[in-house]
Amino acid sequence: MGAGHGHVLYRESDSPVHRLPPEVKIVAMVVFTLAVVATPREAFWAFGAYAVLVAVVAALARVGPRWLLSRALIELPFVLFAVALPFLGSGDRVEVLGLRLSEDGLHGAWNILAKGTLGVLASLLLAATTTTRDLIVGLDRLHCPQVLTQIATFMLRYLDVLVGEARRMRVARISRGDDPRFLWQLRGFAAGIGALFLRAFERGERVYLAMLSRGYTGRMPAVWQGEGAASAGQWLVAATVPVLAASIAATAVVLS
Amino acid sequence: METLAMHISNGIIDGPVAAIFAALALAGLTACVLRGRRDLDDRLAPMAGLVAAFIFAVQMLNFPIFTAGVSGHLLGGALAAMLVGPWVGALCVSVVLVVQALVFGDGGVAMLGLNITNMALLGTAAAYLLIALMLRVLPRTRAGLAVTAFVAAMLSVVVASQGFVVQYWLGGTTDLGSNLAGLAGTMAGTHLLIGIGEGLITATTVLTVAKVRPDLVYALRSLRTPTTPAVPVSGGVR
Repeated sequence: MGAGHGHVLYRESDSPVHRLPPEVKIVAMVVFTLAVVATPREAFWAFGAYAVLVAVVAALARVGPRWLLSRALIELPFVLFAVALPFLGSGDRVEVLGLRLSEDGLHGAWNILAKGTLGVLASLLLAATTTTRDLIVGLDRLHCPQVLTQIATFMLRYLDVLVGEARRMRVARISRGDDPRFLWQLRGFAAGIGALFLRAFERGERVYLAMLSRGYTGRMPAVWQGEGAASAGQWLVAATVPVLAASIAATAVVLS
Repeated sequence: METLAMHISNGIIDGPVAAIFAALALAGLTACVLRGRRDLDDRLAPMAGLVAAFIFAVQMLNFPIFTAGVSGHLLGGALAAMLVGPWVGALCVSVVLVVQALVFGDGGVAMLGLNITNMALLGTAAAYLLIALMLRVLPRTRAGLAVTAFVAAMLSVVVASQGFVVQYWLGGTTDLGSNLAGLAGTMAGTHLLIGIGEGLITATTVLTVAKVRPDLVYALRSLRTPTTPAVPVSGGVR
């Protein structure tokens, strides 16, 4: 673990968005998402405006559109759900390309597609510009209960422990003559899943006891030392995005 | 086609219902934080972290379900309830969901309340009630423990999936009319299959842990006679 507490989605960079304190980014992202969800689905222009906002932030954070879009595929399952809605929905039917589709279903599909995609893009931007360690520091500064931040801290650290132990066990299996290919790898993995859990736990427990003996009390030093907490200016800068989004949502509600 | 990943993304359920469930989830989590704080001692803290990490990793594994053309993933509520108890267990699953929503965009942030209610609260509560009941009824053998873990995991997944159906019935953004029963059926069917996979993984993991470090299994704590010393260490950890 040592040096990099980054994660797969983190993009090392030094953009203005990266430099913002994490708590500010979390609040901005949550407010933006809430504004998007509160927007009436018939206000098509509003979703265009949100997309422009996302694009501007992405450009500021130096995150390329290809990177963003390829990782947004995670919402594919719900896109499939959205595609099914025009066929399943009840109510008025409209003729589209020779198919009789439910109008309500079509609106619903658009609703899921637009709001889902914008939400995914917003969280990907947060992930790309914030390390997981900073994320937890941010949650702690936002007064998230310490039990939760503690579990989250250990979870993110133990993920690496788990992956490392799984790799070691695989090497051990192979060096003892196991020759896993394709799907049969799964069998060896499934048989050893209990052992993997125990090994990872005992390793993690040693780490935890070592931390305790060095004065760990449930919070990481970065939090209680209070360095790098957001200044009023940074809050103002980051507030631009959610405030813009909220005013778009308010306008859309008033107009509809 | 409608089940897939259980994380509800933005726009599937309407705002008021999402807000109600967010309040519900917040209340549930507050209770869990208050009770969980008491449970979280030196042994449970790293365990809770590992259980969360394990659930996080396992949720990445998707079971393809060929008959329905969909895939779903494990929830881990039963594993958490078994190893760290219902309160901390629900917190573990919630942490996984929060991090996935914030960082990976899996499940909309505005829908977090719904997701937490389904998977963290409903799933873990159902699992723990079953565990508590079955451990009293079944013989205290390895087989009894295995059956308990398997059944609790399987049924908790189905219960959690029906939570989504109720939420969709209350506030789905598209009126499915009579197709709602179909949605409930598909959800129950696919998640029964997911539940079998989840049950197998939960049972193997719990059995291994119970064999080597029975002190780590929360669900077995209350059943042990108080005179037994609590730390049968093996593996030279401490």
